[in-house]
Amino acid sequence: MSMNLNLTLKVWRQKNSNDKGHMETYEARDISTEMSFLEMLDVVNEKLALEGKEPIAFDNDCREGICGTCGAVVNGIAHGPQKATTLCQLHMRHFKDGDVIYIEPWRSKAFKVVKDLIVDRSAFDKIIQAGGYVSVNTGQAPEANNIPISPEKAELAMDAAACIGCGACVAACPNASAMLFVSAKISHLALLPQGKVEASERTLSMLRKMDELGFGNCSNERECEAVCPKEISIANIARFNREFIKANLGSTVE
Amino acid sequence: MQLESRAPGGPLQEKWDKHRFDLKLVNPANKRKFDIIVVGTGLAGGSAAATLAESGYNVKNFCIQDSPRRAHSIAAQGGINAAKNYPGDGDSIRRLFYDTIKGGDFRARESNVYRLAQISNEIIDQCTAQGVPFAREYGGMLANRSFGGAQVSRTFYARGQTGQQLLLGAYSALMRQVGAGNIEMFPRREVLDIIVVDGQARGIVVRNLITGEIESHAAHAVIMATGGYANTYYLSTNAMNSNVNAIWRAYKKGAFFANPCYVQIHPTCIPVHGTYQSKLTLMSESLRNDGRVWVPRKSGDKRNPNDIPESERDYYLERKYPSFGNLVPRDVASRNAKAQCDEGKGVGSTGLAVYLDFRDAIKRDGAEAIRKKYGNLFQMYERITAQDPYRTPMMIYPAIHYVMGGLWVDYNLMSTVPGLFVLGEANFSDHGANRLGASALMQGLADGYFVIPYTLGGYIAGSSLSDVNESHQAFKDSVKKQTEQINKLLSINGKRTVDDFHKQLGHVLWDNCGMARNDADMEKAKKMIPEIRDEFWQNVTVPGSAGDLNQSLERANRVADFLEFAELLVEDAISRRESCGCHFNVDFQTEEHEAKRDDENCSYVSAWEYNGEGKEPTLHKEPLEFENIELTQRSYK
Repeated sequence: MSMNLNLTLKVWRQKNSNDKGHMETYEARDISTEMSFLEMLDVVNEKLALEGKEPIAFDNDCREGICGTCGAVVNGIAHGPQKATTLCQLHMRHFKDGDVIYIEPWRSKAFKVVKDLIVDRSAFDKIIQAGGYVSVNTGQAPEANNIPISPEKAELAMDAAACIGCGACVAACPNASAMLFVSAKISHLALLPQGKVEASERTLSMLRKMDELGFGNCSNERECEAVCPKEISIANIARFNREFIKANLGSTVE
Repeated sequence: MQLESRAPGGPLQEKWDKHRFDLKLVNPANKRKFDIIVVGTGLAGGSAAATLAESGYNVKNFCIQDSPRRAHSIAAQGGINAAKNYPGDGDSIRRLFYDTIKGGDFRARESNVYRLAQISNEIIDQCTAQGVPFAREYGGMLANRSFGGAQVSRTFYARGQTGQQLLLGAYSALMRQVGAGNIEMFPRREVLDIIVVDGQARGIVVRNLITGEIESHAAHAVIMATGGYANTYYLSTNAMNSNVNAIWRAYKKGAFFANPCYVQIHPTCIPVHGTYQSKLTLMSESLRNDGRVWVPRKSGDKRNPNDIPESERDYYLERKYPSFGNLVPRDVASRNAKAQCDEGKGVGSTGLAVYLDFRDAIKRDGAEAIRKKYGNLFQMYERITAQDPYRTPMMIYPAIHYVMGGLWVDYNLMSTVPGLFVLGEANFSDHGANRLGASALMQGLADGYFVIPYTLGGYIAGSSLSDVNESHQAFKDSVKKQTEQINKLLSINGKRTVDDFHKQLGHVLWDNCGMARNDADMEKAKKMIPEIRDEFWQNVTVPGSAGDLNQSLERANRVADFLEFAELLVEDAISRRESCGCHFNVDFQTEEHEAKRDDENCSYVSAWEYNGEGKEPTLHKEPLEFENIELTQRSYK
């Protein structure tokens, strides 16, 4: 059943990437438990706008948990307290009347704050540019059923390909490592025959790019897996490591 | 101006092949001399930008999101159609063509739709080669399912995330070309204007959403793949940032707008639950393969659905449409849900919902089998509503979802402005008055991967293009004008927020030009929209500044266009003196309350020409000729 909550928000406000930024306090009144977290922010923003103040800037688009645009650290947890849930799909029924909620942007050297809760994740695009693809031009494809793939392999590849590139894994990692993101793409393609041809080159090139962009290393904290809204498994990181060893040995043995 | 569809003559099967042969070619070594602007990075824009870059063009690609991977194609769930006939259940190119034309209620061009069906198979090959993890059969072959009213299994899928996987495929191809230096990527840019020089589209003016800078970009041709305008209705299943700006501003530069009243309402969405609601969530209609739609027989029956015995349930779709049952096309399913609710049989707290029940499917196949098919959708439903569809029926209601209308294009996908091409949902081309499920992904990728690379070449090779760069006066004039509009929005300092106006517009449209339309209501809407618009320009408040990331300003700029475009949508709906597909005017219906077409007088594409501010637009009609199929009354009985 729907109820109304009164909440106190402590929100990170930062004018632009050069600004130092600070926490600011807002009261959120009469918040229905049926609302999503972002709808709650909409309500706060409408009020700010009417007072002539600048609303809290936050990235969002599909509000269905698939585009990967939204995200903030809520009470210290990337995407908030609900497991396997993006911020846009987090509903206010998971909060209690009188709660104080801390809302901050992703924090990492590689993701600069653009404004308030918005960060620059273009580093992810750069990593994909370094090799997160199969080199096949339009028109070069063979008949689709000439590439049989066992359903188990296809499912494993799909598990990895489900990554939405939101960046929560980086935000949660004490090293701000992008290993979960990178390993998900490496795994997706390495598991499929289409991706095998370039597997070594891809692994080394994406890894190099990741390091170059200022992401940290993986030290098996597993924080990334814990916050991932798509439940991408760290088994992908193990697979990435195997691909890395294979690539380094220059072995072509399967 | 005469509308020239440029559909080639000859037998249907040979049109595209012949046309490709007739199109002039650009020498591969010359392609790099041509700058091509692609706006949008969804299935249509992303695939076009990647393919054009692969073939050698110099591509500049723009998107409003922070990354091209976020385009709204990503949210498509169900699947993509192709005429592979892998299951051997009687499918063919001809059948996919026929189903698409018929599903669109005979309001699409035969030539375009046939080409789409022909290309469909190549799309599956291409996406598979990219590593799209489509579902597989035990032997490793690609799996298919039946989808949204089709009587053959021709839909390819990747769980409930087909759009995501296809988009990530196109995105990977795009990133590869960006990495290779063949594409320059411009994220977080919004189109403010299209630049036309000597009658040819030669560039765009955009706002950099981070710095607020208004930038000019010149090119030899402009391709728009900016999606649909469903958000005109405020509540829709579209992403929050989807808007009409780019195509609306192209319309004001001479591109005709076709069939704006064709708006699809999707039958299986999570019902509205409050006034603060920002958007609606769609659940794949694949759910209708196993879920049974029903309402209580008695109106106002407030019992728990599980307590309502079989004899007191009305499975109205199965009752009225025995051969298609729960799988009738979207428009039919949507209108029937509305009719039930209008009779007072709707369920849930608002009475604006019907049940979609999996009880019998779970009994028949077991919960595990159902979980395997729909697990993620059930999860999503539970996350939003806090109800468990394994135990209690889902509640669903129709919502605005997709638009068939868009900028008018010829067979080459070129608008009435030479050099301005329009792909994907942004054009009007293939779905007639109603789109079939799993056809949007097919069209977006067909346009981007397999049509534009040929037709753009034909245009470039066949046109004389003068030297135009960013210092041309047309750019300067436009930047000045756009700066003025932005400053105006910021200076009104009124008492109502942008969203407040948008919601008001949405209500007016949904109530008066929604699922079942009538002349009196539409006339009312036509009167109300300009009033809202006038108030908007006097009483809106847009906080913040122009030279900064300002989301209120972004929205204000979009709502300003929705407020203009909405009038054309209603005008178009009034002008079409028939019902067809998703356009249902209650004055034109069969005795069985189905859409009643008037093929003699209304077998046309409406194409609206802009005549300047405050002036009535001109309606042009492109006649639709059907040489290969016989027009029938759609019947799903």
